[in-house]
Amino acid sequence: MAQFRTCPDTGLYFHKSAESLIKANAVVGAVFLLVAGILALLVTLTRWQAIHLLPADQFYMALTAHGIDALIFWIIFFEMAVLYVASSVLLRCRLATPYWGWVQFALMMVGSVMTNVAIFQGGSSVMMTSYVPMQAAPHFYLGLILFAVGALIGCFVFFGTLVVAKDEKTYEGSVPLVTFGAITAAIIAVFTIASGAIILVPTFLWSIGYISHIDAEMYRIIWWGLGHSSQQINVAAHVSIWYLIAGLVFGARPMSEKVSRAAFLLYIFFLQLASAHHILVDPGVSSEWKVFNTSYAMYLAVLASMIHGLTVPGSIEVAQRAKGLTNGMFEWLRKAPWDNPVFSGMFISLITFGFIGGITGVVMGTEQINLIIHNTIYVPAHFHATVVTGTTLAFMAITYFLIPVLFRRQMILPGLAKIQPYLFGGGMSILILFMLGAGTMGVSRRHWDMDFTGAALGFDYPGIAYTMMGIGAFGGVIGVLGGAAFLLVTVGSLLFGKKLEPSAGLLQSFGVPLAASCYSSTKPEILPMAPPLEHHDTTSFEAPGTFVLALLLLVSFVVYYFINWKYLASVWPLS
Amino acid sequence: MTSFMPPADRIWWKVPVGRQEIIWIAIALVWCLILFFMMPYWHIYGKQNLSNEAYQTTPAKFGAKVQAMIDQYKVGEEAGIPIVKPPAGSDVYLLGRLWQWYPILDLEKDKTYRLHLSSMDWQHGFSLQPININIQVVPGYEMVITVTPDQAGEYGIVCNEYCGIGHHTMVGKLYVKE
Repeated sequence: MAQFRTCPDTGLYFHKSAESLIKANAVVGAVFLLVAGILALLVTLTRWQAIHLLPADQFYMALTAHGIDALIFWIIFFEMAVLYVASSVLLRCRLATPYWGWVQFALMMVGSVMTNVAIFQGGSSVMMTSYVPMQAAPHFYLGLILFAVGALIGCFVFFGTLVVAKDEKTYEGSVPLVTFGAITAAIIAVFTIASGAIILVPTFLWSIGYISHIDAEMYRIIWWGLGHSSQQINVAAHVSIWYLIAGLVFGARPMSEKVSRAAFLLYIFFLQLASAHHILVDPGVSSEWKVFNTSYAMYLAVLASMIHGLTVPGSIEVAQRAKGLTNGMFEWLRKAPWDNPVFSGMFISLITFGFIGGITGVVMGTEQINLIIHNTIYVPAHFHATVVTGTTLAFMAITYFLIPVLFRRQMILPGLAKIQPYLFGGGMSILILFMLGAGTMGVSRRHWDMDFTGAALGFDYPGIAYTMMGIGAFGGVIGVLGGAAFLLVTVGSLLFGKKLEPSAGLLQSFGVPLAASCYSSTKPEILPMAPPLEHHDTTSFEAPGTFVLALLLLVSFVVYYFINWKYLASVWPLS
Repeated sequence: MTSFMPPADRIWWKVPVGRQEIIWIAIALVWCLILFFMMPYWHIYGKQNLSNEAYQTTPAKFGAKVQAMIDQYKVGEEAGIPIVKPPAGSDVYLLGRLWQWYPILDLEKDKTYRLHLSSMDWQHGFSLQPININIQVVPGYEMVITVTPDQAGEYGIVCNEYCGIGHHTMVGKLYVKE
């Protein structure tokens, strides 16, 4: 009989096996965040030319490990936890086949450790993309493959749990919006991992000598079906978390279930075309293919993100106005709980993802504009705005909620927790904005030395490019401090926080269940539908402040987009 | 408490959508279509477009073409690398290899050339600075770009695709003269 625990503070139900898996995945994710953060510091201090910390070989090793540990291992371990929360916890349902959940965890552990061993042995400094024909050690690829198989199993445990919930009627009506978003993430994950398997399995066989040749261009196109689409898993996951936090903190309901769900559906249909973003200046691929794919078929996935950009803050505004915060355009926002890291983290994530990550992504994903951006440091600047201040900060924000609820520990250092999202989001935004600037000046990504020491022929970047890299790196250091503050608060809480439940010890933080008396085998009450709206006026502007913010986003977008066309028009004619 | 609860209406897809959202979706959709049509527009009216011309090749074949051009049009040498001044309008060849762009091209301003790019070994990134034109160079593929340098000067070609420990020393040169 399935064992459940009710959280006395929130009323959420935790299935015993699901709870352990959520904890284990989240904690291991945080360990990889720690490793990735240390590596981030080394990388950023090396690219700060005045410091230039690491020698070339160690820099490329650290950069390879940083990319893989942060972008793959931290985020996907945490996403496994998110999937189990969105299915088992939100639907009050037992987790399907917990045994397979542990297989997921074990495979991902073995794979992530194996790939890290390969990298730190030194023979696999091939960057996260591992472009052929540069070759890594076989266990570099094998680790990634095992990790991906684990993640795939996790997705199917999630799907299985949805089936169980439906079958056992644990909820009324349709699944909640947050779960719908998680389903989107999991569906995208499945075809992403399929792309990964199609290219990484042959590459592994090539590394052990069973296949003689992998076409370099074919590798790029298929690998990016993994590499970029996997970022769309993150988008779907962190947008779901935005909605979740809006509900948790404000009691917000979606402005329109239909609109928000349709936007998620657009992600499923179109996001996987983004492989093209990396192929725009490649040989042998036609302009028609590039234009169609890079635009996600006429930017329909961008449309989806623009919709969420309105409906997430809009739902908060509606909830705040219902509480009487109706003065002017922005009282609802001014009087939001800015000292609650769950909210501030989420809102900074929303703003930086939209204004910086989203706009720069569309600009550099424009077929011709990519000519002036491809492989410059503009590219990592863009994706730090999406996956660091976007995804990672959203995951940090929800972690603050989970510490007392899931781990049953009171948070320590609340003062530090209050400023942490600002420290992390602010530092990373400095890094991002100045890296965007340096990229516009042509500074290369994945490059150890912008002085080109030892080169037969030289080239001098303008002095301003050095200044920008320096200021950016300074912001990076602040960002790392913000990341350290997060780990200090969260890990410190697990170790030293007041126990909200006497049996919540150290081992419990890693997935051992709480005392048996916490659980009961009574089936949770059926999850009811949301209470009906008293009135729904479709003609009025329910969230005017949000509409102004959305128009501000649009204007920034339009101006910045055409500035880049203007810049492109100044370079040599090419055809 | 409703974003994580089942929708209030069982038939949620029949609940009418608010005017505010409809207006925003309409604005966003129009903007998305503009974003899309800018690309074909630039193919017709813009001057910076990559050609679709590319051929499969091998390092040996491409290397031979580069050498033939050098033999015919070499005008000097810098840091041990030949400087080549091919006639305006001709096919010019540039190869990337660990860790060198080869040879140095000497081009005339406002003349059009067919620039062939390929790699002898790993992937490289052709990053022409400070003008900032960036093109992926992939082994096994010969990409042909018709280029018209319209500003005279001395340009650096930085490699911006990571290619191993000597990546930062891979810098080439290109001259454009009046």
